[in-house]
Formats: sequence, structure tokens, C-alpha cells
Amino acid sequence: MTLLKLDNIHTYYGNIHALKGISIEVDEGEIVTLIGANGAGKSTTLKTISGLLYPRRGKVYLGDKDLTKFRAHEIVKMGVVHVPEGRRVFSRLTVMENLEMGAFTRKDKDGIKKDLQRVFELFPRLEERQTQVAGTLSGGEQQMLAIGRALMSRPHILLLDEPSMGLAPVLVDLIFDTITELNKQGMTILLVEQNALLALKVARRGYVLETGRIVLSGPAQELAENPQVREAYLGGA
Amino acid sequence: MLRNFMRKYDVTDIVMWLIGLGLLLVVLWGSYKTLFVIQKYESSVWLDFFIFGLAQGSVYALIALGYTLVYGILFMINFAHGEVFTGGVFTAYFVAIAMERSGFIERHWVLALLILMAIAMTVSVAIAVLLERIAYRPLRGAPRLVPLITAIGASFFLQYTYRGIYGSGVKTYPDFPALDGKLNLLGREWPILTTQALVIVVAALMMVFLYWYVQKTKAGKAMRAVAEDKEAAALMGIDVDQVIVNTFALGGAMAGVAGILYALLFKQVNAFMGFIPGIKAFTAAVLGGIGNVPGAMLGGLFLGIVESLGPSLILDGLGIPAPYQLKDAIAFTLLVLVLIFRPTGILGERLSEKKA
Repeated sequence: MTLLKLDNIHTYYGNIHALKGISIEVDEGEIVTLIGANGAGKSTTLKTISGLLYPRRGKVYLGDKDLTKFRAHEIVKMGVVHVPEGRRVFSRLTVMENLEMGAFTRKDKDGIKKDLQRVFELFPRLEERQTQVAGTLSGGEQQMLAIGRALMSRPHILLLDEPSMGLAPVLVDLIFDTITELNKQGMTILLVEQNALLALKVARRGYVLETGRIVLSGPAQELAENPQVREAYLGGA
Repeated sequence: MLRNFMRKYDVTDIVMWLIGLGLLLVVLWGSYKTLFVIQKYESSVWLDFFIFGLAQGSVYALIALGYTLVYGILFMINFAHGEVFTGGVFTAYFVAIAMERSGFIERHWVLALLILMAIAMTVSVAIAVLLERIAYRPLRGAPRLVPLITAIGASFFLQYTYRGIYGSGVKTYPDFPALDGKLNLLGREWPILTTQALVIVVAALMMVFLYWYVQKTKAGKAMRAVAEDKEAAALMGIDVDQVIVNTFALGGAMAGVAGILYALLFKQVNAFMGFIPGIKAFTAAVLGGIGNVPGAMLGGLFLGIVESLGPSLILDGLGIPAPYQLKDAIAFTLLVLVLIFRPTGILGERLSEKKA
């Protein structure tokens, strides 16, 4: 069943035409990845879904609801949560306060407590550091916090923007294992990555973006074997 | 050797340090003469100065919180905040007069005071929120100079509106007979006026409340989250516009209470009364490190005390005839010195570079 659907989205930054008719579908329970070079419009696509940007034309559907009519904070309530590029944790708030902010839209105290336990099981490091100010965490820990914080809203779909950026290989593996694990538990994930090889390994399907357009799409396996993709994004190997 | 020295330190730096050193000498010399040569004041007078300073400093601190909260979130100086302060206390004045005439103040002074505070808070909050909605929100994306000029315009607009509606004269606030004289508590008399004690206690309670609100409540944490990163806060489901309104409202509430405390201390109101305390409170916020909540509290108290003690302590000894008239000069000299030697304020972080 299609959970998220983008229908011919056009988004502008001022006069710059950043997305030129993007159509994407994400089914329930899938990992779908958007790959492409810098400036291809990957982050812009995620921002348009989460309401940080408004498309000038086109619609974003969550089930049968049109998300373009809602503002960012309302979209979170509907179960779409966006982990932005560069993590963007609240560096002057403690780890615990960051996680509380993740659960901002919720009122069910018991449920929040349960989800907090779940996040701590997923990332034991965060439990150890819960009273620490987030700005003092390492890059990897901040990425864990950013994902944990997003999970605290109990989303239906997770939009991840460059979760591997700036992380040591060991931590990249850890983050991607977590992504796979979350997906196994039923989470739908739309993943944006520069590291196309890794993204195509965990994803079921993928879309290749180039200067605001989708140039290729298909099952992740096929994309990974496609000579064009290999040359452009996988280092030609 | 001189050349090496000159290479390491800029000429302006040296001039600045010389000016600083000069002022420090003036301060030390003046204080020395006052305390040990002319000995005009007894220690009880110094205590009175100090307590008065603490009381007016508490008022500054409450107003300063409004500046600092708004700056923390929007990085703009709400120069109309002094008028937010005026609006509350001036509106409450008419109720106060009515309550005095009916004898209500004499019979139930605590209740009367609470009613006045509630009215002043309500009016100040309403003005602050309307100001945000009408004057600032439409300019949210504009360059930083634009809302600043708008704020100054809004400040004039409000001043003359008060003048038009409430009249241009200076009005005397009703007296609270129960608060006359020195504080009598636990069977003895304390060396502090009852009014001043009340002002300090109420202001302290408000500040404790505000600190608790910002640090411990969900709304307060959301406020800090928005201050740090509006986009990320929106992605948490926080309604950023609502948080900004809350911030203005909170600052307005503090200003409303500050207005009543000011009226208790100085006993008079007029349409332009908010200007000087507003600028002083802004100074206090900068002294403490603007955007920093404990900084605004500390800066307010510090400024109040310096203003009260400074003129007599420093200037009397130097033979200046009317030192108290120079209290504002001392306050703003302090501001300039802080801006030169510690631009981020007493408790300030290095906000300016990151946010500029």
C-alpha cells in the first residue's frame, strides 16, 4: 500500500527552480532511497515533504491527505518525521531534553516512557549521556540522538537526510544497522544518501536525482548494477 | 622591543586599556576620598543606598528579561518594550485611583495590590502580543535593521497613544498606607523600607518562576529549542509562531509586574515613563549578556546597585556638587565599558559571531 506519494512536485528557492517535477512513491514498510550528486535536490525533496518548503506546483500525499496544506509542525503530528542534514540537535539542551522535544506533540506519558526505553535500547550510549548537554556529544552520538529524537514522536515514516555524513566507518555501519533494524520492526523509511552504495544495499527501491529531476528509478539491486549509476555514483567500480 | 610590542598590540587596544585604567583610577581615587577623607556618610546610609539600588535593580531585571527573552529567540531588540511596561502600570493607575477613593486599598491592601498586578500584567501582555502580531511578524524575513526601526516607531506610536488616551500630565500613584515606614517583622524593626522589601521579594519570586518556567516546563524547553534552531524545532512538531507569541507574552507579564513595582517605588506615572527604565533595562540585559536569562537578572541588579551607590561613592569624594544627577552618566559609562572590554556581557556566550 502506498504510504507517501509525491505527484509532480515543483519547488523553488526564490527564482531558482530546484525541483522540476518529482514524483515518488513509498510503500508501507519499505526503505526507499534517493541518491544523486550534491545539489541534485535530495534534501529539497525531503524539506518539501516535511513542510519546511512549500511546492509551487504538485501535491504530497500521506495516504489520502494532502500534506502541502499543512505546516511543518502539523505534519509531524500526522506521523512524518524528518531527521535533517547535519543532525541539528539542540546543542544547549541536554540529551534528555532533546528526546523530550522529540515527543513534543504527544501527551501519553506512559507511551513516551516506553518509547524512551526503546530509544535507549537502540542506542545505549544515549542513556549513559542523558544529562549531558547535546553540544558536547561526538558526531556519531549526535546522529544517534537525532534519530532517537525523531523516533520519540512515534512516526509512521522516517525521512533521513545524510545520516552517514561526517561519521567514521564504524559508526556509519552502526547507523545503517539501526536503520535496517528499525525497518524490520515495521518502520517505513525514505533515505537520502551521498553514499549511494551503502544506501542501495539497505534499500528496496531507489530513485536517482539529477538537477531536480528523476532520471532513473527501480529496485535497489538493479540500480546498483546499472552501469550508468555505477559510473556516476559508485566510483565506477 | 617597542616595535615587537607594537606589532602584538593594536594602537586602539592600548588606547582602550589606557582609558579603562584611567577610569579605574578615577573610581578608586573617588571612592578612597569619599570613604576615608570626607566621610560624609555613615554606614547606615550606605546600606540604604544599597537596598534602594537592589529594589530598583529588581525592577530593571524584570524589564530586562523581556528584552533578553525576545532577543534570544528573534535576535531583535524590542525597543518598544519600555512602552509595554508603561501600558500596564498606566492602565492600572485608574483602577488604583478608584480603589483609593473607595477605601479599598486601606482595607485590603494585599488584594488591591494583586488586582493591580493582574491588570497591569494583562494589559502589558496584550500590548506585547499585539506588537508581535502587527508590527514584527510581517517583517520576520526582513533584514535585521527593519524590525529594529519598526520597534522604535512602535515605541513612539505607543507613547503618544498613551498620551492621547490617558493625558499628558504626571499622575501620582495612590499611596499604600500599610507599606509606609520601615519593615516590622518578627517583633523588630529592620533597616529597610517596607515598600523596598516588598519590591525585592515580589521581583525575586517572579524571577524564580521565570527561571523554573524556562528550565523545567515543556513550554520553556520548547522556547529554548526554538531559540537555538527554529527549523529543527518545527520538525519536532513545535509551533514556532506560537512559541514566539508565548515569549512576548512572558516578557509582557514580567514588564506588567515591574510597572506596579516601579509605581510603588517612585509613586508616579506618565505616558513617557517607560523610556528611561526601558533603556536602562536594555543596558542591564547587555551587561548580563543579552539572550541569557540569569544574565538579565544579574545585570539588572548590578546596574541598579551601581546607579544607587556609584554617584555618592565615586563622585562625592571628587568634589562634584550634585553627584546623584550623574547616575545615568555612570550607568551608561558602565555600558560602554562592558561593550569595549567584554562585548558578550557578564554571563554571555559568544552569540554574536554565530548568529550574525
